[in-house]
Amino acid sequence: MPEVVVRKKITCVEEIFHEGGRITETPLRRAAAISVIKNPYAGSYVANIAGFMDDLKPLGLEMAKDLVSALGGDAKLVQGYGKGAIVGSAGELEHGALWHVPGGYAMREILGGAKAIVASTKKVGGPGTRLDVPITHVNASYVRSHFDAMEVGVNDAPRADEILLALVMTTGPRVHARVGGLKASEIKGEDGLR
Amino acid sequence: MKAKIRKLATFVEETRTEMDREISPPTRKAAAVAVIENPCASKYVEDLSELMAIGEELGELLTARAVAALGIPGPSAESYGKAAAVGENGELEHAAAILHPKLGTPVRRVLGKGAALIPSSKKRGGLGVVLDIPLGHKDAAFVRSHFDGMEVRLNDAPRANEIMVAVAVTDSGRPLPRVGGLTKDQIKGEDGLR
Repeated sequence: MPEVVVRKKITCVEEIFHEGGRITETPLRRAAAISVIKNPYAGSYVANIAGFMDDLKPLGLEMAKDLVSALGGDAKLVQGYGKGAIVGSAGELEHGALWHVPGGYAMREILGGAKAIVASTKKVGGPGTRLDVPITHVNASYVRSHFDAMEVGVNDAPRADEILLALVMTTGPRVHARVGGLKASEIKGEDGLR
Repeated sequence: MKAKIRKLATFVEETRTEMDREISPPTRKAAAVAVIENPCASKYVEDLSELMAIGEELGELLTARAVAALGIPGPSAESYGKAAAVGENGELEHAAAILHPKLGTPVRRVLGKGAALIPSSKKRGGLGVVLDIPLGHKDAAFVRSHFDGMEVRLNDAPRANEIMVAVAVTDSGRPLPRVGGLTKDQIKGEDGLR
């Protein structure tokens, strides 16, 4: 099985106090953990790639832990999450899909069994490509106040033979959320949806 | 607090391999960014002392955050830099007022030292504008291994009436420095240059 070679890691934290409305008492925090790794399948079509998902599990757990500590160290504070990948030009979109399992399950494990599917996106792109990582509530995908996104990107990545992997977590709803829908206080928590 | 802060962000970048060579220990850079309201937007203001005071306040806040993000004591920082981007209703001189008269003193207080000029850049721009923060060794500007830069960008800043202010700090130089010049073990540290 191919080794996971990390070229660089980036952590970004945003703390949002207001967006034109009242200054919040508890600012919304969003954090992204990014790893730029070598794409072991770059340059040619490889039929059997699924084994790399297992290889990525330790990195997924490391990134999920990094996010919790970047947000203050308490997993209970995390209310939203998402994930994404950008595959360098010598790779294939399907290589980005290798991140679904190790990225998603790592966050659920670290957060103690979050129920909702982890929203995700992926693309092929060159260095500096930006990715809008979608974010939803960790226990109920329909919670409208927590629909959000965080833009991530690294000026020198991904190179052609690299993959940029991202995990994102947030500590609350949009800073001035007021468009109705299912509220976090109304979550039943049975199916991960409502 | 003089500045009206909409959001704060921190970025940490850690390089572990470069051209297939392991970087041990990894090189690390951190940037802290504040997005603030520009009190002088949309009009010509002769006296920019309000912005200078904001610069002093942000020098302390952003440097402390960058150092904390690296998890090092201030005096262990090796290089630094600063930059600002003014939204479209502001003036380049507003960035100068924040960056130059008063921001440096608290930066040096947090880092314990800093005989060298803090390299800087500034621009006016719209949302998502890229700031390339120049980096130089904090005690001796001629240390060639530490000439570097760090890119930061926030997709939603600066708005027309905002200013984005950044301070970057590192615990290292470039990953594989090999173009000669003054090395950090040769620093005399008297004049801030060598």
